[in-house]
Amino acid sequence: MAVDVTGINWYKYSAPRTFYPLAGRLIPWFAGLALVFCLIGLYIGFFLAPTEARQGEAYRIIFIHVPAAWMSMFIYVVMAIWAALGLAFNTRLSSMMASALAPTGAIMTFIALWTGALWGRPTWGTYWVWDARLTSELILLFLYFGFLALEAAIEDSRRADRACAVLALVGVVNVPIIYFSVKWWNTLHQGATVSLESAPRMATTMFAGMGVLALGFWMYCIAAALHRVRSIILERERRADWVREAA
Amino acid sequence: MLSTFLAVVRRDLMLAFRQRMDVMNTLVFFVVVVTIVPLGVGADPNLLRAIAPGVVWVAALLAAVLSLQRLFASDYQDGTLEQMLLAGEPLAVIVLGKVVAHWLVTGIPVTVISILLALMFDIDADAAMTLCLSLAAGTPVLSFLGAVGASLTLSLRGAGVLISLLVLPLYIPVLILGAGAAEAVASGLDGTPYLLLLAALSLLAMVLTPWAIAAALRISVE
Repeated sequence: MAVDVTGINWYKYSAPRTFYPLAGRLIPWFAGLALVFCLIGLYIGFFLAPTEARQGEAYRIIFIHVPAAWMSMFIYVVMAIWAALGLAFNTRLSSMMASALAPTGAIMTFIALWTGALWGRPTWGTYWVWDARLTSELILLFLYFGFLALEAAIEDSRRADRACAVLALVGVVNVPIIYFSVKWWNTLHQGATVSLESAPRMATTMFAGMGVLALGFWMYCIAAALHRVRSIILERERRADWVREAA
Repeated sequence: MLSTFLAVVRRDLMLAFRQRMDVMNTLVFFVVVVTIVPLGVGADPNLLRAIAPGVVWVAALLAAVLSLQRLFASDYQDGTLEQMLLAGEPLAVIVLGKVVAHWLVTGIPVTVISILLALMFDIDADAAMTLCLSLAAGTPVLSFLGAVGASLTLSLRGAGVLISLLVLPLYIPVLILGAGAAEAVASGLDGTPYLLLLAALSLLAMVLTPWAIAAALRISVE
């Protein structure tokens, strides 16, 4: 039997029917935690953290920028893992989780790029530099767009799931290769204009603020993905009896 | 297995030979793209010399993407692909044969004609040779990775644009290394590391992607 020492039957929740109400109960918790962490983090970031010596107040965008950039990369990996599980074990819910994560990952990538541009203007004097990190983050956005486009182009949802899973796996193998090649390209082509590597050491409060906001972003992403997966479940299972009864 | 592989390569080469215009179209497209760049950026020889490797490589990427759509489409339409899926031979081997044939009729012509284009951009002989070698070493990756995109988008509406969207971001490492090789030689450095890395990527793609392509074909056709 699939019952472990905690006494919870985990396999029970791999069925969309049982996961749907569970996700519904979890969303308020994650959303509430996201709100609390973000408020605390923003308070630390804007009121407690000291003004940075070289960049002045403009550096405070780091508190949004860095957590978003972390999430953008992390979500791609998690998405690929869910997609691989769906492909390997033919579990519908895994593929639905992958589809639910993709838009959140894309928006995190977009936020990271946009805040990066706004941060670059006062510190480097330009909205965009062809830096290795910026460029590979933009390519990551293209990879998300590819995933979303392929999903949208295939009408049969099971075929879409599995095709997107193959794409996500090919993508996740490629991401490190892309990152290192762009980094190499960058060191070859860029004159010594900006160096992100030699960032000044961060004060503890700054780091704390960023950590708390990162937790807030985590909670938000989980809540958003769960909310979206509920919609996907309803859409895909609309002909099932339990959905009709619930409706 | 080897005989299967050779049979598929021979068949696809024969088909390409019977429809020569398809192969020519890709090549002409490649030359046209490279030709319109000086018309856009101006005919300053120094500028053209500096951008030549990048331009040729970008054009090679676009030409590869353009040629991908027919890689599996005609076999899918006339039912051959289904027979290939049902065949007792491993699908990955059949796929390998198809992709190798695709490279022979797109990658090789692009590589050969790039010498002429290098002359038009007036880059020196060493750099031109390196550009040609980099195309020879790197274009297999374009065929292999592209075939993943082609198999995923088989029989979809607007597959052409979709393939470019899926595949072009994945091509970036090849573009960087390929254009970098000739640029390194042009600025007096050694281009060999780039060529070796390109060859390594080609071998990696040759080993890994046939499985992904085979899986994608089964998903698309079933």
